[in-house]
Amino acid sequence: MRTIGIIFRRELAAYFTTPVAYVFIVIFLLLAGSVTFYVGGFFERGQADLEPFFDFHPWLYLFLIPALSMRLWAEERRSGSVELLLTLPITVPEAVIGKFLAAWVFTGIALALTVPFWITVNYLGSPDNGVILASYLGSFLMAGAFLAIGGAVSALTRSQVIAFVVTAAICFLFIATGSPIVQGPLRAWLPAAITDGVSSLSVLDHFSSVIRGQVELRDLVFFGGLMALFLFANIELVELKKAD
Amino acid sequence: MHLIEIEGLSKHFGDIEAVRGISFTVDRGEVVGFLGPNGAGKSTTMKMLAGFLTPSAGRASICGHDVVEDGLAARRRLGYLPEGAPAYPDMTAASFLAFIAQIRGFRGAEARAAVDRAVDRVDLGSVLEQPIDTLSKGFKRRVGLAQALLHDPEVLILDEPTDGLDPNQKHQVRQLIGSMAATKAIIISTHILEEVDAVCTRAMVIANGRVLVDGTPAALEARSPYHHAVYVRAEGKLPASVQDELGALPGVKRVEAAGRADDQGVYVLPQNGADIGPLVRGLLAARGVGVAELRVERGRLDGVFRDITMAA
Repeated sequence: MRTIGIIFRRELAAYFTTPVAYVFIVIFLLLAGSVTFYVGGFFERGQADLEPFFDFHPWLYLFLIPALSMRLWAEERRSGSVELLLTLPITVPEAVIGKFLAAWVFTGIALALTVPFWITVNYLGSPDNGVILASYLGSFLMAGAFLAIGGAVSALTRSQVIAFVVTAAICFLFIATGSPIVQGPLRAWLPAAITDGVSSLSVLDHFSSVIRGQVELRDLVFFGGLMALFLFANIELVELKKAD
Repeated sequence: MHLIEIEGLSKHFGDIEAVRGISFTVDRGEVVGFLGPNGAGKSTTMKMLAGFLTPSAGRASICGHDVVEDGLAARRRLGYLPEGAPAYPDMTAASFLAFIAQIRGFRGAEARAAVDRAVDRVDLGSVLEQPIDTLSKGFKRRVGLAQALLHDPEVLILDEPTDGLDPNQKHQVRQLIGSMAATKAIIISTHILEEVDAVCTRAMVIANGRVLVDGTPAALEARSPYHHAVYVRAEGKLPASVQDELGALPGVKRVEAAGRADDQGVYVLPQNGADIGPLVRGLLAARGVGVAELRVERGRLDGVFRDITMAA
């Protein structure tokens, strides 16, 4: 645990010693704000809630999270520092979890900086703060799932560009599994039981139910399961590919 | 117990056999120099010892801890400088070393003391607050060395510790290695043959994944045709008749010109490293040849290195 903490602190500090952190946070806040007001029609709806804000999070994360996760392992391998890191007295799971937690907490910080939106709706009306809290939790969990996917992909390649593109593609599949884009072709070939199964992997469905205030165990299990699965894949891939 | 034990260690990448069944041991007080052409398997062997690569066959242990089965314990007792001394370029040298100290299990004041000690040893004080990215090659290498030394490990494995350093920096690093030699088992790899002579107690020539020669640097030098050869430069030109007489002395193999246009001297090569110095000196005195320079050669490592590795 102590080792995970040390790696976590180094990684988190690394975000702030480079412009990465500031660029990410500023872009995230600008995009989150502009889609909420212009695309989501925050004022025109005449309702004091943050639904238009959270509705766009899957799409924001679709390209912001891969930008954050692409360097997790690809950069270590490209610069050779992975050889230093993994010949220290640490284990691969400790390194993977430490790095993942740092990235996740970093997105948590970016998310926390949107709290002024929350304050604003409370000023304008009386929203259901329980729903908003659940939405923040859902958004944070979704970010964690996407980061876990991105971390595993980043361990596959030395190229950050490849890591970015592949992560975005996989995240898109998880967002869109319930939509006609994916379901259409599948239904033509596969029995309903399987297409429904695929559909139940939709990040969008689970996230939508959470931001409408229906936090169910199955949603938590879904996001937790995605994270566990891809962290496990990440550990195996680092072991397998570290010296390539 | 040997501090480093390797038995039948092999590594193949697909069809390429990088290391083919290497076995040796290293004890406290030894500084082993890995010599060999590029791609000989030196770095691969070091990476397996450091636990970065998993051996395809065979076993290796550090202070009795198997590098695969008991890797964590083995890595705790090991200081490792990977090739090229990678570090985190955005970190300052100070924060990087503080990170290493924490990972190595030091806390608080203990960690600061460990970092200070390492910084002192490699003379890094002046650049501590600079990002590693902005440091010169020599300082980067020293950051890597400080990292490897920080926990005062019993076993040190340094992959090309002086590569890219200027002659003064090389000298400094060699002195550092020499000062630690008595209490540790050290393996370094190098392309610089003089380095073996300067710091190593034992030289190991590796080519095509095998250990071809394992002996003291002196034994390596003794394999050279120039071992105990006598270099003679006469005042004026050495008469041809005397040159022929030198070649006919007992124990002399042949006489050859020094080979450089501005060098009038000759080398008198012995048979099997025989000690021919007194004979040569005696003959020159008897023939009344004025001697400007006369010295006994120790042998040429580069020639030995070529002979061994090209034959492999």
